[in-house]
Amino acid sequence: MAMVRRLRHTPRTLFEKIWDEHVIFEEPGQPTLFYIDLHLVHEVTSPQAFEGLRLAGRRVRRPDRTFAVMDHNVPTTDRSLPVADPIARQQMDTLAKNCQEFGIRLFDLHHPEQGIVHVVGPEQGLTQPGMTIVCGDSHTATHGAVGALAFGIGTSEVEHVLATQCLVQPKPKTMEVRFVGPRPFGVTAKDMILALIGQIGTSGATGYVIEYTGQAVRDLSMEERMTLCNMSIEAGARAGMVSPDEKTVEYLRGRPYAPKGEAFEAARQRWLAYATDPGARFDRVVEVDMSRIVPMVTWGTSPGMVTTIDGKVPDPDAIADPVEAQNVRYALRYMGLEPNTPMTEIPIDRVFIGSCTNSRLEDLERAARVVAGKKVHPRVKAMVVPGSGVVKRMAEARGLDKIFREAGFEWREPGCSMCLGMNADILQPGERCASTSNRNFEGRQGRGGRTHLVSPEMAAAAALYGHFVDVRELLPRP
Amino acid sequence: MEPLVRHRGVVAPLNRPNIDTDQIIPKQFLKRIERTGFGEFLFYDWRYGEDGKPNPEFVLNRPPYTQASILVTGPNFGCGSSREHAPWALMDFGIRVVIAASFADIFYQNCFKNGLLPLTLPQPEVDRIFQAIEQADPSTGLYLTVDVERLLVHDDRHQLEIPFALDPYLQETLLHGLDDIARTLKHEALIAAYEAQHGK
Repeated sequence: MAMVRRLRHTPRTLFEKIWDEHVIFEEPGQPTLFYIDLHLVHEVTSPQAFEGLRLAGRRVRRPDRTFAVMDHNVPTTDRSLPVADPIARQQMDTLAKNCQEFGIRLFDLHHPEQGIVHVVGPEQGLTQPGMTIVCGDSHTATHGAVGALAFGIGTSEVEHVLATQCLVQPKPKTMEVRFVGPRPFGVTAKDMILALIGQIGTSGATGYVIEYTGQAVRDLSMEERMTLCNMSIEAGARAGMVSPDEKTVEYLRGRPYAPKGEAFEAARQRWLAYATDPGARFDRVVEVDMSRIVPMVTWGTSPGMVTTIDGKVPDPDAIADPVEAQNVRYALRYMGLEPNTPMTEIPIDRVFIGSCTNSRLEDLERAARVVAGKKVHPRVKAMVVPGSGVVKRMAEARGLDKIFREAGFEWREPGCSMCLGMNADILQPGERCASTSNRNFEGRQGRGGRTHLVSPEMAAAAALYGHFVDVRELLPRP
Repeated sequence: MEPLVRHRGVVAPLNRPNIDTDQIIPKQFLKRIERTGFGEFLFYDWRYGEDGKPNPEFVLNRPPYTQASILVTGPNFGCGSSREHAPWALMDFGIRVVIAASFADIFYQNCFKNGLLPLTLPQPEVDRIFQAIEQADPSTGLYLTVDVERLLVHDDRHQLEIPFALDPYLQETLLHGLDDIARTLKHEALIAAYEAQHGK
């Protein structure tokens, strides 16, 4: 076993500390066999994996390290009614049967704490610093916000982890993304990650694990850090992470699956020690200038096609590179946009506040602050889909549901919903949506649907005005 | 898994960058609980009109590309969702090799679990293949042979010959159609020792 022995005083990054601790077998020129601490499972990418186990006569090696949630295709309407879509129902039934057969904990459709897997994990304290976490979903990077190494895998790898509690992958490279300067007024974590993707492109971090650093990141709340890490995959990164600090520890204190009492204090010391050492080196460093970030809006069919709210739709004729100009033309044709249109003049038909990116309590609170006492524009159909049953009940206890309902929003049951439109929540062809989700791909929210990615505040503001507005004009100045 | 040693087939050109897995297989087709049957939904929104009829302009609907088994495309192919349904759909349609200047990480890994080769070439080489397709007889298209043993792509007359690089572990995986789980379970004792040592 050719383990890399490091001198104790060699400064290491958060990623390196976690990686080194999880290596089981390493040989030059071969991918690494490493251990997985927590495997999250959902109904859409797991049926074929369980079937593979059964066909090979294999068992789940560590059901106690496996946790299942139904989220991707669950209805967000009345849960007392039967699931109308027979194929979705079959997928949910299959997950329930598989969990029963293999002894896996499951938050099913009717569990009070059911929700989006990447909201539920941290909320329950399942997600902890120093862990390796995988899930058959590319937004698993979300869990990196607490200082875990978390990434998405395919269904064959789901089967591999179920059978072996390990993965075989090449070691990724490390990238530091340093946000330089204080956070300007009205700028959210969503704007920070969209600005990064706009700067480095959708494959700018392919092959890398990102660690987000800088005072602006330290100043983010835990939920904001989740938004930031969530969209790492949209920059091509394998994972995104933030070094654990006291904020991380306090976030986890008292959570159902977090250690308790003395064990928590012991864990606290261990968790904080995972933070990147001063002087540790990354394979690549990218700086993002905070002073240049304002509320961001995507205009195209890839998250890198993004501009500022005071910007305009780009003009392909003004782009020198013919390949890029052609891509912009494709995107504008699909999006039904004219070059040079100011972003604030783009009319909106639908608003979606939800998804693993932006459906936590703080997201809903910030959106509600914009909405309070106002009405949704008559043309706009707007909905809020809380990230979990826990989020929904906390929001209701604070009266947020009333604020949204009185303004004309629909207030739904938790799930992935219109982020990927696997259930009934989809856009109609040509409909334009201000969405707090993570992907503006063609057809993502429904065939022919046009998605603009924004923060919850910006989505809320667009719902009121029927077009994009600079939310900074609506927010009270500090 | 079926081994991939040498493959000859028609190359279909789909010259767009950043083709995401939502485009390769839209979400409404992810509800199957099998690994098969996704081929008819491959590139669904591009391949079929809103009335469900084939779009005659889309490359895979035009002969000879209806029989294509190699796809040449733009960079960052397979970005977005981790859905393995994307390689399943490509394989089920009959695609065994996708050629591009770059691939998204998860898609790249997923391909090798299914005997599909994501073949990375520098963009100028990819462009040469696009040009060769344009110059080929439109009724037959361009046939390429992808040799995984010799790590070489060539046309029938060897006018086009492009060597490519591939991680030896992944090359082995394809050549022998190896099952990753069986390979890992050979290290079962190490896994158990790791769990004991780390209190896991």
